[in-house]
Amino acid sequence: MIRRCLVYSILVALAAIILIPFAYLFSASVKTSNDFFSSLFLPAGNGLFGIAWDRLTFSNYTRLFTQMEFGRYTLNSFFFSSVISVLATLSSAMGGFALAKYDFRGRRALTDLVLAAIVIPPALLLAPTYQMLFHLGLLDTVMGFILPAIAPAFGVYLFRQAMLTGVPTELIEAARIEGCGEIRIFFSIALPLVRPMIGAFLLITFLATWNNFISPQIVLQTPERFPLAVAIAQMKGTYSQDYGLLMAGTVVSVLPVLVLFLLLQREFIAGLTSGAVKG
Amino acid sequence: MTNTRQPRGAPYLFLSPFLLLFMAFTAYPLLRSMTLSLQQTFGPRATQFVGMDNFRFLFADPRFWKALKNTAVFTAGSIFIQLPCSLGLAMLLNKPGIRGRAFFRLIFFSPSLVGLVFVAMIFSIIFEKRTGLLNVALHHAFGFNVDFPWLQEYVMSALILASLWMYVGFNMVYFLAALQNVSKDLLEAAEIDGAGFFSRFINITLPAISPVGSFVVLLSLVGGFQLFELPYILLNGSGPNSQGLTVVMYLFQTGFETGDLGYASAIGWVLALLLILFAICQRVFSSVRES
Repeated sequence: MIRRCLVYSILVALAAIILIPFAYLFSASVKTSNDFFSSLFLPAGNGLFGIAWDRLTFSNYTRLFTQMEFGRYTLNSFFFSSVISVLATLSSAMGGFALAKYDFRGRRALTDLVLAAIVIPPALLLAPTYQMLFHLGLLDTVMGFILPAIAPAFGVYLFRQAMLTGVPTELIEAARIEGCGEIRIFFSIALPLVRPMIGAFLLITFLATWNNFISPQIVLQTPERFPLAVAIAQMKGTYSQDYGLLMAGTVVSVLPVLVLFLLLQREFIAGLTSGAVKG
Repeated sequence: MTNTRQPRGAPYLFLSPFLLLFMAFTAYPLLRSMTLSLQQTFGPRATQFVGMDNFRFLFADPRFWKALKNTAVFTAGSIFIQLPCSLGLAMLLNKPGIRGRAFFRLIFFSPSLVGLVFVAMIFSIIFEKRTGLLNVALHHAFGFNVDFPWLQEYVMSALILASLWMYVGFNMVYFLAALQNVSKDLLEAAEIDGAGFFSRFINITLPAISPVGSFVVLLSLVGGFQLFELPYILLNGSGPNSQGLTVVMYLFQTGFETGDLGYASAIGWVLALLLILFAICQRVFSSVRES
């Protein structure tokens, strides 16, 4: 019993350490520059819990959205992340389905190619991709960022595995006898059976795109097209002393993905359990 | 039975979107990076064939060696400090009768959802020399005045600390899954036979989790060697005396700040070959252990 208490207190202490940087970030974003230096978290005062609530300010946030283009950057991040995650998931699921459920010439070779491509470090492709986008006239365009991002070898590999184990071949053959077309087989039989993988891959790709810095930094030049990661990096260069503003910008960049993950985590669990009941 | 045969064209149809884009934006650039690495370029247009000169120059380039050394030190730090912490955390959480396991797991995992750029933003104020959280906390804990210049002199420690915060829970999730393979009966039997915690850990737990363990080490190696955004944003570049210069940062700076895409490709190939070497080593290690 005492040992269990000890384990709990260690766990709680470690969880607190993990959460402290978040608390530090949020409190820095609602302080004026004077209070930033004089108080560690929230400024002390006579309010509830000994905190001067009236000295807190949202001016950092209003400045982000009125004097700067943060609404625009947030929209850009949502746009890139949604479009890329949906298209990458679709192309991966289709590719994985073909590799897992059809016999055709070159299937082995293609599977090996996909596996080999997973080990290519993205940094190696930066220079040639940049040069290619330049020659195609795709530099500083939305397409220049989206097109190279929507054919992930890793995704095809994941969906191939999911289709191999999750989609029974007899089911596909039965559907063919009933006269079901291949496209309908894919959309109404295969895809629903790998729903957990679809959710997981959508989420991974959304997060990776939201947090991606190096590709949009290289491809995009016009600030109106910047996602948050690029915008905030530029802002750190120009407003290096304005900590409240920088931290408010970071909160805006971090909060949506944290909330999304918390929401979808429940969705995941529901999806997994409903699949188990049906199966 | 002819109507149950799969149509010939269907697999190609399903593969075509992926394959077209993959050929255009992965396979072609990969081939192009080979020829590029034999050229010197000034921006995307002007190129000149230089043969193996890029590689010859690279191996004599002190900045490249500095970058490689920094990257290796960071990676070693994340493997020898971070992974034991992750494993310890997983073992704590795996103790029988712990409630709220999912809740703790979520908290420990949450920093890895934050992008490296944003982690760098948060830690840029935490590592602030006078008013930053870390130095103030150390001051409160030990009493005397602490102003460690984290971002001026202890750059590597700062990078390892920040990535510890970010990834400790991420790796913990893998170890937590691996610990489910450890036989509880074997552990209990060993305890009854009087084996101490340490000998149980070495003889029972460690062998059972080592397949996952070697995979996590590979992930950390591959991830560590591609470090870029964290130091780049945290230090606004490579930092004082290039203490935070990494291989990918050097690639980025030569390719996109100096404009030599050829030299950048040569750096990319050295990096790729290193990573492939790591992957092969892990394979060999796993097969030796299995036999």
